[in-house]
Amino acid sequence: MSSSLSGQRGKRMALAICLPLAFLLLWEVLGQFNLLIDGLIPTPSAVMRAWWVWIAGPGGLSLNPYSGTWAANLWFSLERVGQGYLLAIVLGVPLGVLIGWSRLAAQMVDPSIQWLRPIPITAWLPFSIALFGIKDFGAIFLITLGAFYPIVVNTTQGARDVDKNLVRAARMMGAGGGALLRRVILPAALPSVFTGLRIGLGIAWTAVIVAEMVAVKSGLGYVLWDAYYVGRMDVVIADMVSIGLMGYLSDRLIVLIENRALTWRRLQSY
Amino acid sequence: MSSDAIHIAGVDKIYPGANPVTALQGIDLAIADGEFAALLGPSGCGKSTLLNLLAGFEATTAGDLKVYGQAVSKPGPDRAVVFQEAALFPWLNVWENVVFGPKVQGLSADKYEAKARETLKLMGLEKFHEHLPVQLSGGMRQRVGIARVLVMEPKLLLMDEPFGALDAQTRLTMQELLLDVWQALKKTVVFVTHDIDEAILLADTIYVMSARPGRIATRIPVELPRPRNLDTLTDEHFNEMKKRIMHEMRGH
Repeated sequence: MSSSLSGQRGKRMALAICLPLAFLLLWEVLGQFNLLIDGLIPTPSAVMRAWWVWIAGPGGLSLNPYSGTWAANLWFSLERVGQGYLLAIVLGVPLGVLIGWSRLAAQMVDPSIQWLRPIPITAWLPFSIALFGIKDFGAIFLITLGAFYPIVVNTTQGARDVDKNLVRAARMMGAGGGALLRRVILPAALPSVFTGLRIGLGIAWTAVIVAEMVAVKSGLGYVLWDAYYVGRMDVVIADMVSIGLMGYLSDRLIVLIENRALTWRRLQSY
Repeated sequence: MSSDAIHIAGVDKIYPGANPVTALQGIDLAIADGEFAALLGPSGCGKSTLLNLLAGFEATTAGDLKVYGQAVSKPGPDRAVVFQEAALFPWLNVWENVVFGPKVQGLSADKYEAKARETLKLMGLEKFHEHLPVQLSGGMRQRVGIARVLVMEPKLLLMDEPFGALDAQTRLTMQELLLDVWQALKKTVVFVTHDIDEAILLADTIYVMSARPGRIATRIPVELPRPRNLDTLTDEHFNEMKKRIMHEMRGH
């Protein structure tokens, strides 16, 4: 059973990797014959070489900013996403639970959120720079803002949809407002909360790249734009892949936490 | 009068709106301490609404409704409710569900743990502490639903068609279990059902309700000896009783 399962898994992997592999091969071959827009676009092998230097090349006072600086830039971005995202969770989840639960909170807060939400985070950039300058907090502000909306909206939805009888049961057993929110509304809303967390994380990565391109002088977003200006398309592509990889891995992490937190839900769907 | 567990006088329940619905009209009811009362009637007769008023989930439109001399204003652990679909918290295991009440009431663990263990054993759940509700059958879930309210030692037990969603076989098992538990604990019970057999088997007094508007049509004392068990269902007196009630219900 398990061997046939792992065999199936292998087959799925092979099928999934077909297309990207063919694409990379075509790209490499076209590049070798100089057919890629006058060599403007580097081949995959050139990208890999540049990436390797960027990761493991000599750093320090080297004149090349794309040697050995990958980890540091990655960390800058990661730190900003982490801080902004955590702030969005800390603000968004309790507020969402409250809006979903209390009609008063919904009537007071929800309209403001719905009015502000259509303003894209990119439109906040000048405002953010004016307010915080070319500093870390400008980026964190944008990340928090971007991730906040899907988190608060999904949490609200989840808190609103809690089974009425669960609330009645809790109150019958003597649960007051606080216990009700913490022990019933929040856990019942958790599946929706995680939906919001995953969407929010994607937006957080978008926000950090945009913010770093414009509003700060470090991180993967900054390198992306900077490398483009000096014509280092190989670094640009290596940077793009790095961003994608980080986005993918951080999403997997959320899914892992979700699966642990929502065991009861997974069992329910069997 | 003073020994009444439940005292209801002239209670109306009207749902307002463009077409107001009179769910209950002129309800008078007195249920004694330790009595097992069944509210029997077709769907739409307001029996669940009456239970919700007693639980404090909904408010009366008019009239007087007291439980142990206290006007009901909100839900509380003195009026325990067993729901039709058990309404367990799906993210908590059996043990956590059962100690939920004492825990949110701020009792310390040594005050309720022994009681919780004992209650779970009484309900035949001693081997299922770690199970999640989703891993249990409907009957087992309802055992947890009963255990979690017994652990709070309420004076009054309100049961809203608790076995209505179960298959016939499981329902019989649960009815027998409830008879045993009631025999041992002698709590005041208000039991909502549309099943005549169930009402006769379990109750001391049956209140037959009629619909549109919901009102109490008759009060029928069940004079079958206790302790009862499933054999009672085939008793001669049982069938007589059933015939009478069916006649009564057709008349309204």
